[in-house]
Amino acid sequence: MRQWRITRNVSLGIKSLLLHKLRSFLTMLGMVCGVGSVISMLSVGEGASQEAMEQIRKLGSNNIILQSVKMAADENAGQAPMLTPFGLLYEDDERIRQTMPSVRRTVPAKHIPAEGRLGERAMELRVVGTTPEWFDLVSRKMLAGRLMSWRDYNGRAGVCVLTESGARKLLAGKKTIGQAVRIGSNSYEVIGIIQSEQGGGAIATPDRDTDAYIPLNVARERHGDRIERGSRSTMGPGNQIPRDLVELHQIIVEVNSAEDVEDTAAAIKTMLERFHKKADYRIDVPLALLRQAEATKRTFNIVLGSIAGIGLLVGGIGIMNIMLATVTERTREIGIRRAIGAKRRQIVGQFLIETVVLSSVGGLLGALLGPALAWGVETSFGMATVVTPWSIILSLGISVGVGIIFGIYPAIRAANLDPIEALRHE
Amino acid sequence: MSLWLEKITNVPLFAQGLWRNTIMPQNSQTYNSTDQDDLVILRDVHKSYMMGTQEVHALAGVSLTFRKGSFWAIMGPSGSGKSTMLNLLGCMDRPTSGHYILEGYDVGMLDDDRLSELRLRALGFIFQSFNLIQQLTVQENIELPLYYLGWDAGKSARRARELAEMVGLEQRLTHRPSELSGGQQQRAAIARALANDPSVLLADEPTGNLDSATSVQILETLVDLNSKGKTIIMVTHEPDIAAYARSCLHLRDGIIDRVEGAA
Repeated sequence: MRQWRITRNVSLGIKSLLLHKLRSFLTMLGMVCGVGSVISMLSVGEGASQEAMEQIRKLGSNNIILQSVKMAADENAGQAPMLTPFGLLYEDDERIRQTMPSVRRTVPAKHIPAEGRLGERAMELRVVGTTPEWFDLVSRKMLAGRLMSWRDYNGRAGVCVLTESGARKLLAGKKTIGQAVRIGSNSYEVIGIIQSEQGGGAIATPDRDTDAYIPLNVARERHGDRIERGSRSTMGPGNQIPRDLVELHQIIVEVNSAEDVEDTAAAIKTMLERFHKKADYRIDVPLALLRQAEATKRTFNIVLGSIAGIGLLVGGIGIMNIMLATVTERTREIGIRRAIGAKRRQIVGQFLIETVVLSSVGGLLGALLGPALAWGVETSFGMATVVTPWSIILSLGISVGVGIIFGIYPAIRAANLDPIEALRHE
Repeated sequence: MSLWLEKITNVPLFAQGLWRNTIMPQNSQTYNSTDQDDLVILRDVHKSYMMGTQEVHALAGVSLTFRKGSFWAIMGPSGSGKSTMLNLLGCMDRPTSGHYILEGYDVGMLDDDRLSELRLRALGFIFQSFNLIQQLTVQENIELPLYYLGWDAGKSARRARELAEMVGLEQRLTHRPSELSGGQQQRAAIARALANDPSVLLADEPTGNLDSATSVQILETLVDLNSKGKTIIMVTHEPDIAAYARSCLHLRDGIIDRVEGAA
């Protein structure tokens, strides 16, 4: 019986809204835009945060990434010296591994720019001298062959693991595993191919598309620590090629648990400060990035949410405006209903239901528009967006709330009309 | 929404004999309240309005009893208090002083909700300008009081059809009021007024907007209803129309001028 009354009241409300289709639709439009913008705005915020999460996943949340950084001052100090030593040292790696109990392991890496050749084909590679543990910390999908093992490492084997895109360029059309790639004056056997995830953002991923991984000890032996800087066009006076002297380009430190990450990073900083006179290194903490991303997301959501909320407010005011006009227009109907015996509450209910129907249908349409807007933002601005179910539920709830809040005043005005006056109204 | 509405609306007003007991005792000597045929009792009813700064006495002491089954016409020149009296009788307004007893309730002491309840259960209105709701069909208009009484759809549809047949509108149930002639609209309005089986049918110039032939039809309908026992109170300013009633009350300057053919 009660159930029946609700459905009947709602259907009566819909019916009287359908009497003025254009007006009802235009009134709804405010809600449609409001709800649509809430959903799309929240999806932009969510998208940004998920992108950050994804980046952190690639970097590893338990990791601390140390990089060698060349001091800008060195470049500008008049005559560039022929040999510029900077960056992380083998000793640094040793010290971190030996003295810090919260560190599970470290993976040192040495980057050597070199040309890789295979028959006719050639490409610029970034040779990465590292340990087999690299593949544990920078875990990427293996596509073919096998990874570097401790056996390769300890036996100082001339083997390399290529990335997918590197393999495509060098080995196109050929059987990949077992081929010999010439890097500089040395030859390396291709033992495996892995996927790479080159990514930008606040912290670059440790791997790149042009990597070729070889054992670190082999890299030290064959290529040394001196690295030719740039090409021959930057040749210095006396036909000498300017060189950098870098021992390690990168150390990835894995910490036992996420709670220790920030303390360990601080400890590493203190240690490096003691042994390096210049700040020729950088410490990146993906976890800190995560914290930062979360804070940014909160701010983002508040700002975008309030902008969209203003949209809802405007929509609500529009609804109230129209409902007030409707009440005036239907004064006589209200008088008739009151004369027949409708109570004030029933008049309030009638108009409130109409407003809520209006705002929630608007909300529903907005819930369709929102994901469409999000898609538009994604395709035209290249921003990642994620429409979450809770943002849709939230905005539908808000649209019902807006209907009640902005509907109550017109409804009460309708109910408080004097029935005698209302019946006389033309 | 209607859940809480209903919870408060369905106050079993008529189940509470309370009102009857608190209102009646002192005055029981002055009018015979034990007589079940005294349906509407007016006792020294005054009604005054403020018009700007001036107080207007629309009704200045009216005492009268309308008996069950009677058919009254209320006549008088404009400004005599006819409309005021009808508004009071119709429980749309409360007297400034005096007592108006309807079905044992002192109307002056009821709040807005109870007045609504009384209108819903005890009264039926017929207006000069029909006052059908334009957006609703004839059937929905007739069902309106039943809707507020909380009847279910099937039962009210049956009742509406029954009433439409009685006033000869069974073919017009799905029409809108604007698609009907004046006479048909007024008959629909009569059907609506009868839907709740009211104890008093109030008619305010029911033929004012109709031609004379149609007027006769409507008035005959009212006479017919009265002959079946319905109490009717009709306001009019035309003696020809008033002639259809069995009793006639003449008002002048807010007081009873004379009464003809009291039942």
